Amino acid sequence: MQSHLLAAEASTSTSRGLTITLFLVFVAITLGITIWASRQTKTATDFYAGGRQFSGFQNGMAIGGDYMSAASFLGIAGLIALYGYDGFLYSIGFLVAWLVALLLVAEFLRNSGRYTMADVLAFRMRQRPVRSAASLSTVVVSIFYLIAQMVGAGALVSLLLGIKPGQTFLGMDADTAKVATIILVGALMIIYVVVGGMKGTTYVQIVKAFMLMLGALVMTFLVLWHYKFNLSSLLGDAATQSGKGSAFLEPGLRYGVETADAAKTFYSKMDLISLGIALVLGTAGLPHILTRFYTVPTSRIARKSVIWAIGIIGTFYLFTLALGFGAAALVGGKAITAQDKAGNTAAPQLAQALGIDYLGGETGGAVLLAIIAAVAFATILAVVAGLTLASSSSVAHDFYANVIRRGNASERDEVRVARISALVIGAVAIVLSIFAQSLNVAFLVALAFAVAASGNLPAILYSLFWKRFNTSGAMWAIYGGLISAVVLVFFSPVVSGSPTAMFPDSDWHWFPLSNPGILSIPIGFLCGYIGTIISKEDDTEKYAELEVRSLTGYGAH
Amino acid sequence: MTTEVPSESSTERYQAVQRSEDFQRLRTKLRKFIFPMTVAFFLWYLLYVFLSAYARGFMSTKVVGNINIALIFGLLQFVSTFLIAWYYARYANRELDPIADSIRNKLEEGAE
Repeated sequence: MQSHLLAAEASTSTSRGLTITLFLVFVAITLGITIWASRQTKTATDFYAGGRQFSGFQNGMAIGGDYMSAASFLGIAGLIALYGYDGFLYSIGFLVAWLVALLLVAEFLRNSGRYTMADVLAFRMRQRPVRSAASLSTVVVSIFYLIAQMVGAGALVSLLLGIKPGQTFLGMDADTAKVATIILVGALMIIYVVVGGMKGTTYVQIVKAFMLMLGALVMTFLVLWHYKFNLSSLLGDAATQSGKGSAFLEPGLRYGVETADAAKTFYSKMDLISLGIALVLGTAGLPHILTRFYTVPTSRIARKSVIWAIGIIGTFYLFTLALGFGAAALVGGKAITAQDKAGNTAAPQLAQALGIDYLGGETGGAVLLAIIAAVAFATILAVVAGLTLASSSSVAHDFYANVIRRGNASERDEVRVARISALVIGAVAIVLSIFAQSLNVAFLVALAFAVAASGNLPAILYSLFWKRFNTSGAMWAIYGGLISAVVLVFFSPVVSGSPTAMFPDSDWHWFPLSNPGILSIPIGFLCGYIGTIISKEDDTEKYAELEVRSLTGYGAH
Repeated sequence: MTTEVPSESSTERYQAVQRSEDFQRLRTKLRKFIFPMTVAFFLWYLLYVFLSAYARGFMSTKVVGNINIALIFGLLQFVSTFLIAWYYARYANRELDPIADSIRNKLEEGAE
């Protein structure tokens, strides 16, 4: 027993050293790329859109890199490992969402816009009010998402490096290590964006997506190998080891939980449906995803890149299915919750177990654990860089150049302001994340999706497809969707009035659902409609231009 | 050629193109595909979510070994997503791109 423990301790420290080494290699490579990219970045198009020279496959990988956050990799694998089927159910919404982007948004946005989401929204509207609204919504969505990712990064580092309460690492205890990680992640993301612009950030996404897919593929293969490619016996083992039996393979352990309280059961099921709708409709309204469509030369390549993204993201979620059930079967629910109650360490723990079994004992386990932990850090870094870029682009291009300078800013000025904004937004995100790190802010990702689905998506769809839509409608849609989603969440059980809330000791909640989408999305669409018909503005001439350009690609930048 | 695309003012040009038979055909073909398809995949997804919430007995029916209907239904969402993406790419390549190209070429010639 004693010797086994000692071996485990030794392997943790080998693994720790290796994780840090691998992570530093990733940082060195990506910083090299960033510096190279900065030499290629001369015009505003280079900075905002990476010169529009990426291929469909490259951009598809980069979309995957932007989208597959640590929340998807560690979060969904952990959710499946602890709650079985419901984790899988969660991942499906994230995939199906890409059809909205493919069919309704990507190509038309590419054809009619230049750098930001607001380019399309403001195409036939009064520039200043619409761009202000779009810029605000972009920054809000990105900051919510950023805080969730950065706080997650801080929590992960102590888990992945195995710093236990009372222990220290490089002279830091777990809490100091968390803060240090948030600052490090923030500083790196600022450097990627300020120095490398869209070109540098896109390559960082591509490298990360490649590492993530490769890591997940190797682990999936080992899990399936262990079960001789018999899915049924993997599932059976997972159900047994989870301690939950066949319920583990059925919906209902995490979402739409059935209890004796009929009202609670009803709300829990509504919550599941609300979440599902927000996931599917939110993706095509996320600013950092939308700006990716500008990095390719034509709308046809934008289409190709979404098809690649669907293939890559879909395959990845199939991997997480094997990883989640694999972790439940080979690590076991008890061992996972002992490390992290939320299950975020299920994938790294599985890596260690697989390494021990198949890659030569303790050392193999330490190596595979280190690789997966380093991949997880790379994942966080890449996602936060994409978010920072999208929001600073919108501040510079929409708010500074078109609202403050009324379209009279030079390219040089615009890019300079974009770089300064990236620095400021990054710094704000770091400070907010440090304040939020002791709070439960996991709900912020779902909130970002809800705001994107309730405010941005109605505005984009009405803009592209509804002739009558106008300035007033765009503002009503964006503000209506944004405010309703944020207000409903503020008065929901994720912010107060429940043990897992952000403020568990207070209670001001009256909205029963954790996910506002089921109400805020219809409100956003309805606001867009009402705002439009109460205003007389009706510019059919400008809509003719938008429609011809968005469908044919004539005059595309 | 240029009779179809008058080049007096750009607003009039765009409106003329928008009214042209070619553009109306492109618009109809596009909308006839993307709107019904969006409704279809969204309802298909909602059906899945509703069954997961309200038809748990049905979803937990085992089909082969430990593989139940819930898992198959979930995997079918992957299959349908991949198929719709593939089918749209094919449809757009064959039916939409040629018309869009020809309209754009005419516009570009007219602009010179």
